[in-house]
Amino acid sequence: MSTKARIPHWADVTLVPLVSIALAFVISAVLIWAIGESPWDAVKMMVEGAFGSSYGWGYTLYYATNFIFTGLAVSVAFQARLFNIGGEGQAALGGLGVALVCLYIPWPHWSVALVAASIGAAVFGAAWAFIPGYLQAKRGSHIVITTIMFNFIAASVLGYILVNILRPTGSMDPASPRFAPEIALPKLHEMLALVGIPFSRVPPVNISLLIAVGMCFVVWYLLWRTRLGYQIRAFGESEPAAEYAGISPVRITIYVMLISGGLAGMMAVNSVMGEQQRLVLNAVEGAGFIGIAVALMGRNHPFGVVLAALLFGFLYQGGAELALWTAIPRELIVVIQALVILFTGALDNMVRIPIARAFAAVRAR
Amino acid sequence: MTSPRTLALTCSAFALAAGMAQADSPALMFDMGGKFDKSFNEAAYNGAERWKESTGGSYREIEISAEAQRVQFVRRLAEAGSNPIVVLGFANEPTLNEVAPEYPDTTFVLIDAVVDLPNVRSVIFAEEEGSYLVGMIAAMTTQTDTVSFVGGMEIPLITAFACGYAQGVKAVNPDINVIVNYTGSTPAAWNDPVRGSEIASGQFSQGSDVVFAAAGSTGLGVLQAAEDAGVFSIGVDSNQNHLHPGSVLTSMLKLVDQAVYDAFTEGPGMETGVVQMDLASGGVGYAVDEHNEHLISDEMMAAVEEAKAAIIAGDLAVHDYRTDSTCPAF
Repeated sequence: MSTKARIPHWADVTLVPLVSIALAFVISAVLIWAIGESPWDAVKMMVEGAFGSSYGWGYTLYYATNFIFTGLAVSVAFQARLFNIGGEGQAALGGLGVALVCLYIPWPHWSVALVAASIGAAVFGAAWAFIPGYLQAKRGSHIVITTIMFNFIAASVLGYILVNILRPTGSMDPASPRFAPEIALPKLHEMLALVGIPFSRVPPVNISLLIAVGMCFVVWYLLWRTRLGYQIRAFGESEPAAEYAGISPVRITIYVMLISGGLAGMMAVNSVMGEQQRLVLNAVEGAGFIGIAVALMGRNHPFGVVLAALLFGFLYQGGAELALWTAIPRELIVVIQALVILFTGALDNMVRIPIARAFAAVRAR
Repeated sequence: MTSPRTLALTCSAFALAAGMAQADSPALMFDMGGKFDKSFNEAAYNGAERWKESTGGSYREIEISAEAQRVQFVRRLAEAGSNPIVVLGFANEPTLNEVAPEYPDTTFVLIDAVVDLPNVRSVIFAEEEGSYLVGMIAAMTTQTDTVSFVGGMEIPLITAFACGYAQGVKAVNPDINVIVNYTGSTPAAWNDPVRGSEIASGQFSQGSDVVFAAAGSTGLGVLQAAEDAGVFSIGVDSNQNHLHPGSVLTSMLKLVDQAVYDAFTEGPGMETGVVQMDLASGGVGYAVDEHNEHLISDEMMAAVEEAKAAIIAGDLAVHDYRTDSTCPAF
C-alpha cells in the first residue's frame, strides 16, 4: 500500500494499465516476429479488423457486451473482497433462464420478452451464485473453491437439460429449439437506422449493449451512492471493522453473491437471446473467465470495466481476423490475451513500483 | 439494404483481405475441438493436405473458438471469394441455413448433416454399416463372449455407431454381451483420454476383451488401456491400426478426408445435394493393413466380406439408430 500511495490517482488508473498493456503488446510483437510474421502487419490487421469498419465495430461491441456483464459481476464481488470466479457457470445458468422464458411463454413483443428474459437470466444466475455465497457465509467454505466447482456442475446440469429435455427429437446438436422470430432482439444497425446512422447489419451486436452500459450506471450507483454499497465496500476493506459497525457479514456475503451472479447471468441475454436465438451448450465460451481479467484491468470500477471489456472485445475480434487472413495460429491470439492478463493482473507491481519511484524522483527535485 | 457509406466501409475492410485472398480457392472450416484432434477434424485436414500435395493448389483454413464465429467466418470466407467452402460438423447446419442463401454463387459442403439448399452439398456417412462390420470382427475374436463400446458424447450420431456395432456382434453370435458406455454429455467428452482409459478398464473388468472406441481423442486412451490390459481394441474414423500394432484389431473407417478431398478436387462446379458415404461408395469401411493382418484370419475376412457384399447389394439391412431412435440389438 505504501508504494501505491505515492502514485497520484490519475496515474494509478491510466498510466499503470496503459504501460502494462504496452509491455504485453511488445512481447506479443516479439513472439509474432519469432514465428516469421510481421508484427506491424498483424497489429494493423487486428486494429482494422476490429475498428476499421462498422462490421468490425459490431463484433467488437458484441464481445464487449458479454465482457461488461461478466466484468461487472467480478467487480461487485471484489468490492467485498469475494473472488467470484464462477461467472462461467452463473452465465450458463443465466442462459437456461433466458431459454426457458423465451421458449415456454408466448411473448407478444420483443420488448416484453427482453424484460422477462433479463429477469430470468438474473434470477437463474443469482440462484447459482447463492449456494456458494451461502456456503461461504454460513459454513466458511472458500468462495474460490466453491464457485469454480460450480462451473463444472453448471456445465453438467446444462448438458443434461439440453440433451435430455430441451433438444428437439432427432437433432444431433445439444441445443434448444430456436426462439420465436417475433422476440428476436433489435440489432444495433436497426437502432442506429432510426437516427440515420448506417451500420453493418451482419454483426450480432444488439440492444443488450445498452442494457450492459445501463448496468454499469446501476452498479456505480449501488456501490457509491447507496447504503448497501457502502456496507459492501466497508465489508471489503475490513470485515472485523464492518462487523463492529453493525454490518452483518452473512447478509453482505449473500447479497453480494446474488448481485454478482445476477450480473453474470444477464450476459446470456446478449449471447443466447441476441445472437444464437437458441440455447447452445457453450453459449458462455469463456466470457466468465475473461470477466476476471476485465475486472482486474478495470480496477473494479464500472467505467474501467467498460474500457477493459472493449480491449478484450478488440482482442477477440481482431484476433479472429488475424486467424482468418494470416498464418498466425489461433493459439498465438490466446497467448496475446494471456500476456495482457498477466501484465495487467499478476505483474501489476512490476509496472507500479517503477512508476511510483519515477513520481517520487520528480517530486524530490 | 446497404447504404453507400456502409458499403464503402465494408469495402475498405475487405481491401486488406482482398490483397491476400485466393479467389476461387477452396476453404475449410473446422468444428470446435480444433484441427489436431486425431479424429474428425484432423481427418478433414489430412484430406485437404492430400489435395494440396497432389494438385499444388492452396486453400484457406480456419478454426473457430466462439459460437458467434460460425456464421461470421463462413460469411467472411464467402466474401473473400473462397469457393467451395467445406464446413465440418452437424453443429453448422443452422450456420449454412443462414449464410448459404446469401451467396448463391458459392458452393458449400457440409459434413455430417443435411442442408437442403441448391448450393450446398451435404455429406453424410453410413456409420452403422462400417460399425456392423467391425462388430462382426469383434464377435469372431472375443474369447470371453463379452465385447464393449466406448462412445464420446452421448448423441444420436455416436449411438448409431454403437447400434451398428451391436448388430454386427449379434449377427455372429446373439449370446455375446455388448457393454455400451459413453464418456459424457458435453463436448469435453471428445477430448478426455484419461476418462476413456478408465471406462475401458471398467469394461475389461466386466469381462470385455474387445473394445470399440468412437470418441475422438478420448479413444486414444481407450486404445492405450486395451494394449496395457493385453486385450483388443478397434479404432475409429482414420486408420488407427498403427497406433498399437497387435492390439488394435482393426479400425472403422469414416473417410472424412476423402469427402474433403473430393470436394476440393471437384471444385465449385461440383454436384450438390446429399452425398451418401457408405460401404457401396467406399466412404466407410474397416482397415486391414500390415499391422493387423495377422489378427484377422481368412475365415473372418471371408465372413465380413460376405456381409459387406450383402449390405452393398441391399440383401442385408443395417438399422440406423438415427431414423427412429431405437436399436434392435440393444
